[in-house]
Amino acid sequence: MIEVQHLTKTYGSVTAVDDISFRVEPGEIVGLLGPNGAGKTTTMRVLTGYIPATEGKALIAGFDVFEQPIDAKQRTGYLPETPPLYPEMTVREYLTFVARIKGVSRVDRERRVEASMERTRVDDRADSHCGKLSKGYRQRVGLAQAILHNPDVLILDEPTAGLDPKQIIETRELIKSLAGDHTIILSTHILPEVSQTCERVVIIHRGRVVAEGTPDDLTARLRSTETISLQIDTSGADPTSALIAIDGVTGVRLNSDLASVVGAEVETVQGRDLRRDLAHTVVTNGWGLLELRSIRMSLEDIFLHLTTEEDVAAHNDAANLIKTTSETADA
Amino acid sequence: MRNILAIARKEVMSYFASPIAYVIIGLFALLFGYFYSAILAFFLRQSLQVGQFGFSGPTTVNINQDMIRPLMLNATVVILFVLPMVTMRSYSEEKRSGTIELLLTSPLSGLQIILGKFAGAMALYSMMLAVTLVHISILFVYGDPEWMPIATSYLGLLLLGGCFVSVGLLISSMTKNQVVSGMATFAVFLMLWVINWLADSTGPTTQEVLTYLSITEHFDDFSRGVLDTKHVVYYLSFIAFGLFLTAKAVDSERWKG
Ligand SMILES: Nc1ncnc2c1ncn2[C@@H]1O[C@H](COP(=O)(O)OP(=O)(O)O)[C@@H](O)[C@H]1O
Ligand SMILES: [Mg+2]
Repeated sequence: MIEVQHLTKTYGSVTAVDDISFRVEPGEIVGLLGPNGAGKTTTMRVLTGYIPATEGKALIAGFDVFEQPIDAKQRTGYLPETPPLYPEMTVREYLTFVARIKGVSRVDRERRVEASMERTRVDDRADSHCGKLSKGYRQRVGLAQAILHNPDVLILDEPTAGLDPKQIIETRELIKSLAGDHTIILSTHILPEVSQTCERVVIIHRGRVVAEGTPDDLTARLRSTETISLQIDTSGADPTSALIAIDGVTGVRLNSDLASVVGAEVETVQGRDLRRDLAHTVVTNGWGLLELRSIRMSLEDIFLHLTTEEDVAAHNDAANLIKTTSETADA
Repeated sequence: MRNILAIARKEVMSYFASPIAYVIIGLFALLFGYFYSAILAFFLRQSLQVGQFGFSGPTTVNINQDMIRPLMLNATVVILFVLPMVTMRSYSEEKRSGTIELLLTSPLSGLQIILGKFAGAMALYSMMLAVTLVHISILFVYGDPEWMPIATSYLGLLLLGGCFVSVGLLISSMTKNQVVSGMATFAVFLMLWVINWLADSTGPTTQEVLTYLSITEHFDDFSRGVLDTKHVVYYLSFIAFGLFLTAKAVDSERWKG
């Protein structure tokens, strides 16, 4: 349903997105996870046709967003980072206008506007001016706008950013309930958000995809294993059995089958540095060790950059503690 | 077409949701009214003289030539001041508030957005002009003007205003700041206005070119009741070129990010 192929976007000398590829299957709900500045917004802006890609391409429902923009946009609902509202319009006026420009036919217009207001629970503010709404309502009107023309694909950029905890939970429930009818891609920098809402995660960092899988997959991989990358000259022999025999190695994946030099990724139990054992095995087999590199750090580094809600809570606690302390001091 | 209308409706709604539409229409009516009464007073004095002195005084007065034509020429000065206020928000405000992201990710072509914005601004401008019909109709009650020069004058005002609006949209598409947008638009209007002043001090060829380019020179025939396709073509191509450049400006902005 959504296909991103070797997408690159540069702003002058800044490479915001660097050769990203991923797919989202129909009906899936996929999270684009990454710290601030990772390139999430840029990716989404290319997907929605707001900005052109520097290289590579993006397809929505089989339509190239650059070659056939009208067809692609017809099938896309988009919630930008800041909901694009006109402050002087009432919610109903605004959604009616959006329905017109999204090509909702006159007979369906009123019904669609009412339905999407109900779905996002903004119907009680239908006649309020958009400029007077609270943050939570603005976000929901933004969502109502995105689902208005019942698009196949929903692209939601940080849909819960800036909301209070209760609103966050409501919004996540809402997004999950939309997943049946739509293919959804949402971005976030909050780790628990993806495990609660998404079926699959694409982690991006500094404009590149660094990991992809189900949330369980990724957390399991992060918790229990580390990966070491090897380049060995085996003169044609298969090193798999020798490597897997090492105590602590849980998996071996060969990623080149050249006659002599073999690239291998070895998964090992977390917390045990097996580099020495690996080097020893290679040498005792009479192979040449060309490279040995631990690559688990990068993924972990990224997770360290990601916000966890627990962090936020801890932060607030700390702030409260300071406040309490100073009050005590005053007294 | 439906998309263009949707954008145009939204533009008009935005104008009237803020005080700006009322201020603009009020200001225009006020300035036009001032010129109207000043010119009318002068005209009445002149006709009185003609009446008193008969054929020995200033030859003869004509309500079209001596009242309506100067009034219309003054109206072009008024729109020079008022139209920047109409177009300054157009793209600038959408860019500032992020709603441009909604427009550009909707199934609309860039041209439809531009034409919609143009139509919206022209609708407000037409309402401004409509107010002045009241002043003119009073002249029909007390005098007997020819209607042809009036009709061509209004057509000329619409076309001239269209040129200003297309320049205003172009400038508005280049900045997020509506104050900058308004000031720059006014400056450019003024330049288009005075370009033929330069003409007098240059050689014959340059003079011809500058006079042709001058946006006001082309209005003269309209104000005299002459409908010359040459001038209509000039104004329409000016508008088309302005809107074309706006499309380019919006696009290049997207390439930059
Ligand atoms: N309009 C722009 N001009 C220049 N650089 C930009 C622009 N938008 C984003 N960037 C840069 O591109 C990188 C990725 O940004 P973005 O896609 O907004 O990340 P995210 O949404 O993941 O926080 C950042 O380094 C940011 O500074
Ligand atoms: Mg972002």
